[in-house]
Amino acid sequence: MNIAAGDDSTGIIIPAWSEVIVGTIAFALLCFVLMKFVFPKMEETFKARVDAIEGGIERANKAQEEANALLEQYRQQLAEARTAAAQIREEARADAHGIRADILAKAEEDRDRILTAGRDQLAANRQQLIRELRGEIGELSVELAGRIVGESLADQARQSGTVERFLTDLDAEPAGRA
Amino acid sequence: MVIASEFPPGVDSFNFADWIPGLPKGALTTVTFIVFLGVGLIILGFMLAYRNPKLVPTRGQWIAESLYGFVRNGIVKDIIGPEGLRFAPYFASLFSFILLMNVFAIIPMFQISPNSHIAFPAVLAMLSWFFYNWVGIRKHGFWKYIKNSCIPTGTPIGMYPIIVPIEFLSNLILRPVTLAVRLFANMFAGHMILLVFILGGVTLLNSESIFLKAVSPVSFLMAIVMTFFEFFVQLLQAYVFTLLTAVYVQGSLADEH
Repeated sequence: MNIAAGDDSTGIIIPAWSEVIVGTIAFALLCFVLMKFVFPKMEETFKARVDAIEGGIERANKAQEEANALLEQYRQQLAEARTAAAQIREEARADAHGIRADILAKAEEDRDRILTAGRDQLAANRQQLIRELRGEIGELSVELAGRIVGESLADQARQSGTVERFLTDLDAEPAGRA
Repeated sequence: MVIASEFPPGVDSFNFADWIPGLPKGALTTVTFIVFLGVGLIILGFMLAYRNPKLVPTRGQWIAESLYGFVRNGIVKDIIGPEGLRFAPYFASLFSFILLMNVFAIIPMFQISPNSHIAFPAVLAMLSWFFYNWVGIRKHGFWKYIKNSCIPTGTPIGMYPIIVPIEFLSNLILRPVTLAVRLFANMFAGHMILLVFILGGVTLLNSESIFLKAVSPVSFLMAIVMTFFEFFVQLLQAYVFTLLTAVYVQGSLADEH
């Protein structure tokens, strides 16, 4: 029954050769298989895992950068659009101002023209009126003179002088007033 | 599996009968059977868990990776540094081998650790010895390595006659002995303690006195408590053996001792 080399109790500290050989073979087999087929694969997996994680982080960073660039671009575009809108508003305001001024100027011109036309018309009418009045007055005067002549021939001489004087006065007076 | 049933247990309790009488003595016993079974189980377990590795591990793959990662990062990387990572597979094999061999001491139906026979720890310790010396010689060259190992930096020359023999003996001769004996003695003692409480309980139960019979449950209870304690010791010794080998390798690689 004694496996240890000695038959007495000191035997436990002396290795049994059969067991040394068994242990060597078994452990060598274990090391061979694990070190050749298992642990290198684990190292590969670890490495692949690290790569995957780092790759993921890199991709995320890249996406973040892209998003930032896009955001910046949009912001710039928005600012440009705002500037453009302000400019357009300014222009519109300026245009409106110009148009108003134009209309006002035109209205004033029209007014002046109409006023002038009215005034001219009025003057013309007046001249015409004066002329007509003068004619009528002449006729009336002649008629009046005829009647006077018919009624009193005695005063003919005096009468004719009076008419002439009247006419002269009439001629002179309205011309000066007009 | 005939375990010595006489009380008190002794050295003979660690001897197992040959299964086939024609084979060399001790070549095929319960102990060597356990060694091969254990190796087969480890290989099978790792191969099954890692037959189809994925980036997102399955449960089995995760367990296998954790075991390897524990040795790789917790022992090799911490002690030796990144330089030692190429040795991680050996350390992981060593750790899983010792661990399972130790745990066989409390697995029902086996309940004997091969490491309680000095031959197995001796083999592992000799491998560690070759390993750290080989690494040191390869890095520094033979004489420089011997000098590094025997003369701690800053030793006054006058101390050399005392220091050099001590360092030589402890660093180059006794390390494998202490490694082997530490593991062997722990497993041996653990098995002995379990035998004492279990066989003691049986003996108490079979005794004539009713009082002694009544005490036997205490003995069995102690056996259970000690089984838990032994489990802790088994884990610890597997860790210590691997850790010390890593420390020795680190010492060999270091530029100064």
